[in-house]
Amino acid sequence: MKYLDEYRDRALAEALAGKVRKLSTRQANFMEFCGGHTVTIARYGIESLLPEHIHLLSGPGCPVCVTPIEFVDLIIELSARPGVTVTTYGDMLRVPGSRSSLSLERGRGADVRVVYSSYDALEIASREIDRQVVFFGIGFETTAPATAAAVLRARERGLDNFTVVSAHKTTPGIIRALLETDELSLDGLICPGHVSVITGTAPYRYAAERGVPCVISGFEPLDVLQCVLMLVEQVEQGRSEVEIQYRRGVRAEGNAKARRIMEEVFQPADSNWRGIGTVAGTGLALRPEFKHWDAFYRFRIDLPGAVEPAGCICGKILRGTASPESCALFGRQCTPSSPVGACMVSSEGACQAHYRWRKRTRIN
Amino acid sequence: MCLGIPGRVEEIQGTMAKVRFGEMVSRASLDLLPDEVRVGDYVIVHAGFALERLDEVEAEKTLEMLREATGLEIP
Repeated sequence: MKYLDEYRDRALAEALAGKVRKLSTRQANFMEFCGGHTVTIARYGIESLLPEHIHLLSGPGCPVCVTPIEFVDLIIELSARPGVTVTTYGDMLRVPGSRSSLSLERGRGADVRVVYSSYDALEIASREIDRQVVFFGIGFETTAPATAAAVLRARERGLDNFTVVSAHKTTPGIIRALLETDELSLDGLICPGHVSVITGTAPYRYAAERGVPCVISGFEPLDVLQCVLMLVEQVEQGRSEVEIQYRRGVRAEGNAKARRIMEEVFQPADSNWRGIGTVAGTGLALRPEFKHWDAFYRFRIDLPGAVEPAGCICGKILRGTASPESCALFGRQCTPSSPVGACMVSSEGACQAHYRWRKRTRIN
Repeated sequence: MCLGIPGRVEEIQGTMAKVRFGEMVSRASLDLLPDEVRVGDYVIVHAGFALERLDEVEAEKTLEMLREATGLEIP
């Protein structure tokens, strides 16, 4: 397929990796923020092509992984109410809450439906006017504008059986929070390609100003290798700038229209990141003028308290301070078919990526 | 989750497009796109929305940079 296959070439990948090995003299910890990059790195064995002194750390950019357990509990509670249909992306179904998951509740008769797009949820609400359709919106700046667009359309159509539970999160504040902790020393950020399609380079300027090189990367193996090469060049030359490797998709200014739609509907809110804690201003709540489509308002609900599963070190993994293999549960009590923590549930979680691909060490 | 896929716009009806990804064709909303797209353009689609038009010139430049960096021919 065009724009995919040419970025998977094995000979080029090996040549790029060779260039990295030749150029790199210093020890470096690079964090990939995005779960999509975690998958590419694990699947194509990118780390095995790099010098041993370059370490790639997974970050908090898997939306399923960082959605806190109380949101899952809240949605499960809503799904048990008569007349309520819960709609969400497929990734959320198997995430364990305190006592159950949406998938288990569906098996017990709750009306839980997987949608591909927020507009699909809206269509269900238009068709089934006797149901209260709740859309559980998760994800970063890539999906938040889509949720906002659905709310705007619901208002336009006067749909009053459609509401949103927003667990959306934004990137600038969490990157700042990561850099401000003492437990992590970062020498470069592999910045998320599709979040940046919307945000542009703005979220990373703070990191670059603090001396951390940033490169926005595409998702194919050659993209990631080229991104690592660009980071190594910055490290070796003592530069720290925001550069774009994924130039075919990302403009420095991002997608202003999508941001406008997102900002019209949402306002910043404090947000709890699973395993990390509450970070001010990193969540998105519906603005008061859209409260009619806010499930928190419609159903007079609030987030319950919740307890993380014992022994699970997802939090450390999401902060880049532990690897999946260092967890006592990994591959034993916690596997993709029977996950304990969210990092094993999502195909983009660091634990599942390591579990599925760790034996693969070569490109292709 | 945030994995967008590049696809070719096959047909446009109002603010919806049919987009081809290899053998698969699916529908995508154009509501979030900043600029107009035409049939034949490639777009990044995520969760049913086209988020950006792929820049052919920049895609070529990236491949050119890769070729220069590695001294190899692009397939």
